[in-house]
Amino acid sequence: MKLGGIAAVLATAALVSACANGEKPKTPAIAVNEDPYPSTYVRYPGVPTVIRGATIFDGDGHRLDRGDIMIADGVIKAVEPNLMVPAGAVVIDGTGKFVTPGIIDVHSHLGDYPSPGVSSLSDGNEATSPVRPEVWAEHSVWPQDPGFSRALVNGGVTTLQILPGSANLFGGRSVVVKNVPARTEQGMKFPGAPYGLKMACGENPKRVYGSKSNMPQTRMGNIALARQTWAKAVEYKRKWDKYMAEGGDDVPERDLAMDTLKGVLEGKILVQNHCYRADEMAIMIDMAKEFGYHVTAFHHAVEAYKIADLLRDNDVCAVMWADWYGFKMESYDAVKENIPLVQNAGACAIVHSDDPNYVQRLNQEAAKALADGRRAGINIPDEVAWEWLSRNPAKALGILDRTGTLAVGKMADVVLWNGNPFSDYSRPERVWVDGAEMYDANNPKKRPVSDFELGQPGEGDVK
Amino acid sequence: MTRVLLVMLLAATATPAFAETIAITGGTVALGDGSEPIPNGQVVIRDGKVVAAGSIRMKLPAGTQVIDATGKWVTPGIVAGFSRLGLAEIDLTASQEEGGGKSDTSGAADDTTSNGPFSAAIDVVPAINPLDSTIAVNRADGVTRAIVAPGAGKSIFAGQGAVIDTGADLEPVTAARKFQFVEMGETGAAAAGGSRSSTFAMFRNALREASQLRRYATPVQSARNEAPDQREQPVVRDPNESRLYNGQRNNDVLLTRYDAAALVSVLQGRQYLFVHVERARDIINVLNLAREFPGLKLVLVGASEGWLVADRIAKSGVPVIASAVNDLPSSFEQLAATQSNVGRMRAAGVKVSIGMIDDNDTRNLFMERQYAGNLVGLQKIPGATGVAWGEALAMITSRPAEAIGMGKEIGSLAPGRRADFVIWSGDPLEVTSAAEQVYIDGVRQPLETHQTRLLRRYRDLRRRDMPEAYRH
Repeated sequence: MKLGGIAAVLATAALVSACANGEKPKTPAIAVNEDPYPSTYVRYPGVPTVIRGATIFDGDGHRLDRGDIMIADGVIKAVEPNLMVPAGAVVIDGTGKFVTPGIIDVHSHLGDYPSPGVSSLSDGNEATSPVRPEVWAEHSVWPQDPGFSRALVNGGVTTLQILPGSANLFGGRSVVVKNVPARTEQGMKFPGAPYGLKMACGENPKRVYGSKSNMPQTRMGNIALARQTWAKAVEYKRKWDKYMAEGGDDVPERDLAMDTLKGVLEGKILVQNHCYRADEMAIMIDMAKEFGYHVTAFHHAVEAYKIADLLRDNDVCAVMWADWYGFKMESYDAVKENIPLVQNAGACAIVHSDDPNYVQRLNQEAAKALADGRRAGINIPDEVAWEWLSRNPAKALGILDRTGTLAVGKMADVVLWNGNPFSDYSRPERVWVDGAEMYDANNPKKRPVSDFELGQPGEGDVK
Repeated sequence: MTRVLLVMLLAATATPAFAETIAITGGTVALGDGSEPIPNGQVVIRDGKVVAAGSIRMKLPAGTQVIDATGKWVTPGIVAGFSRLGLAEIDLTASQEEGGGKSDTSGAADDTTSNGPFSAAIDVVPAINPLDSTIAVNRADGVTRAIVAPGAGKSIFAGQGAVIDTGADLEPVTAARKFQFVEMGETGAAAAGGSRSSTFAMFRNALREASQLRRYATPVQSARNEAPDQREQPVVRDPNESRLYNGQRNNDVLLTRYDAAALVSVLQGRQYLFVHVERARDIINVLNLAREFPGLKLVLVGASEGWLVADRIAKSGVPVIASAVNDLPSSFEQLAATQSNVGRMRAAGVKVSIGMIDDNDTRNLFMERQYAGNLVGLQKIPGATGVAWGEALAMITSRPAEAIGMGKEIGSLAPGRRADFVIWSGDPLEVTSAAEQVYIDGVRQPLETHQTRLLRRYRDLRRRDMPEAYRH
C-alpha cells in the first residue's frame, strides 16, 4: 500500500511538469494496490518475562552463559548477565536450559500440502503451466493444518515461509507467516514481510511438462522458457513504468503473472529458487544478471559446497538439508558437510525442512551438520551455527530487521529449550511469538489444537 | 582410484579370518539388549562371533588384536527395522510436491513392482544391490543389518522380504524369504480395489488358495520333535523350486499358482507375515485374523494408532515395528499419531522396535538412532511417554531382530551373536556422534562413500593447476 502511494506521488509530479509545458493535462496514473490481501495478524498479549541464568545463543553469533533475557511489550527488552527484574515481571529459572531466537523455516509447505494429505487439500502446485507467477501460496494455505502446531511445540518454529511447489519454472508467490494459529491465513501473515517468488530449475519442471510432451522437456528448455518469460516481464515493467510516470488514458492491461515478475525486477519480491546442482545455480545467477534481478536464495542447494565461493561473491544464500541425499538424480552428490562448507566459505547458510516432520527437528539437522563439519576440520561454534536457523533465514526473507536474532527491540520470538538444542534429547519447553507465550510444556492448556483435530482421537495429546 | 576402491570392496568378504580374536577395551559398552551402558567395558570376539561383552575381564589369547576404545562407545550395529535398503540408487516417484509426472528413475529403483504379473511370489533378493551407494552411506553411519521389504505394486501382497548385512562385499543376504509383506490399511484398500472390505476378502481368498496347495508342502515339525520348530527358524524354499508348484488347483482362482504357492509358508507359520496397518481398528482386525488362521506369525508394521489398543497388542504377543516419531495426522488412519506411541506401547508390554515406514526407507536408515534419541528425550516432556536409553538402543538393534526370530543371531553383543559392532565417537543416540569403526561378522568395514570422496575433492575450492576431476 505504501509503495502504491509513492507511485501515485511520482505520477502526480509528472502531471505537474506536463502542465508546465502547456499541454493538455493527462489523466493521472492509477496505482495498483500491491497489498490487496493484507495481514490482519495482531500480536497476542504477553506479560513482562525474565528468563534467568540460561545459556543464550542470540542468533547473531554470540553466546551468553548464565545470561538473563527480558521480554515485554512484544519485543526483546534486554539480554544481559544480571538483569534488574522489574516489578510484576514473571521470572523463569533458566538454569541448565538454553534460550534462542525462534527457528525460521524458509521452506515449508504447511497449509498448502497439509495433513491429512488428501487430494482435496493438495494445493501446492498449479501444475497447469510451467509459468505461473500469478498464483499466490497464501490463497492455498489452510490455517487449520495441524502441522503448524507440531512445528511450534516440538520444533520451536516461530516463522515460516510457505512456498508453492516446484513443478513450475515460476511456481508463484510465497507468503511469510507467524506460527500463530488463526482463523484465516491473513491472521497469520507476517506484517510487512516481502513476498517471495518461487522458481525452480532442474528435474521437476522438465519432468512434469516434458512427460506431457510440453515445453520444457529439457534443462535447456527450462532456461529458454524462463528467459523468454523474463524478457516479457522487462517489457511489461517498461510499459507500466512509463504509464506511472506519464499517466494518460492508455492504462496498460493488468497481467497478474507479470505483476509478480515486475515486483521481482523492482526488488520488492525476493527470488526463492529451488535448485540442486552447482552448474545450474551458476546459470541461474547469470540469468538474474541478464534481466536485472537478484536471486535471494537457492533452496535444496545440495551442491552448494561445489560453488560456495560463487554464492558468497554473488550474495546468494544456500538453503540446505543436513543429510538428505540421493532421492533423485540431482540430489546424488550430497555431502553431509554441505552446510559448514558453505559457512566456511563465507556464504550465507540456512537449514530448511521442506517437510512437516523434519520441521520439528531443524535444530537437530543443524547439530548433525555442525558435528560433521567439525570432523572435517571446520570448527564452527554452536552460537554461530544458530545463525543457520534464525538469522540467515530472516535475512533471506527480508525480515532480519524485525526478527531472527535477540537484538533489543526486535520481535520477542523466543524459545526456551530444556537442554542444549544441539542435542537430540532436547525439546522446546516454552515458545513465545511476539512476546506472547504460545507453548508451555508444563501446561496442557498451552498446546494449540487445530479445528481439524477437535473431537478426534488424540485431541490435545502431547504430540 | 575408483577401480582400486571397488577391488578393495570386493576383497573384503563377509568371511572373517579364522581363529582371530579381537578385544575392544576401555569404551562405554552397550549390549543392545535393553540394559544401560557399561562404562569401561570390554567386547571380545572370535571367528566373527561375540565371545563375551560387558563388564568383563577375560584372559586374552596370545595374538589378540586389542582395540583401545577409551572415550568411545561400543554397541551392536544398528539393525534397520523396516527398510528398502539396497533396492534403489535414486527412487523419485511422482510425489505431490513435484506435482505429478511419471516416475523417472531410469532403472535405478527396484523397490516396487507396479506392473508385473506376480505379487506374493516376488522375492526381494535379486533386487538387492550390495554396491548401492545407499548401503555404503548407511554402513558408514553404523547400520550393519537391515530388514528389507519390497513395496506393494498392484496387489495387497508385496512379496517376500529379506534380512541383509551392509558389508562391502557381494553377498548381502543374511536370510532370504524371511517374511511376506502385506498392505492392509489405506494403501492395501487402494490395491484391493478401493475398500478394506475388499482387502480382507482378498487376503482370506489368497490364504484359501494357498491352503489348497498346503498338502504338497513340507509339513511343519511337531513341537515334541527335538529338532528346532520350523516356525522358530523358518527356512523357506523358493516356491518355484518346490513341489508346491505342481499341485492341483481349482479353476476358480484369483492368484497365480506361483503367488498361491508362496503363501503356503505364511499359512504354515514358517514365514513371518509383516502387515502394514496404522489405525486402531485395522490393528484389531489384523489381530483377529490370527484366530482365523492360527498358524500366522504376525508382525505389525506402522501402527501409528497402536497406543489406543496397546493392551490388546500386548496380549496377542505380536511384535510391532513402528515409526518412531510420526506425530501428524497425515492420513485419516493416523489421526491419533503421537511421538509417545512407541513409549506407550512399550509401557503396555508390546514388543516394539523402530522402522522407517514410508520415511526415506531406501536411504536414511541411519536416522533411526536420531529417532531413538528423540524417544529418550521424550522422558523429560510432561505427559509424554518416552523410552529409557537402553531400551531405545534395543529398539534399533535387538528388538527388530527378535521380531523376526533372529535375536539369537544378530542385534546384540550377547555371546554367540554375529560380531556386528560399531565404535562410536560418543553416545550413539546423539546425532553429533559418528561411527568411527564398523565391523560386520567380525570384519572391519570400509567407511568411504561417494559422499566422503566428494568432500575430499571439494574441501578446498581454490583453483589449482589441474581441474577438480584430477583430485582423486
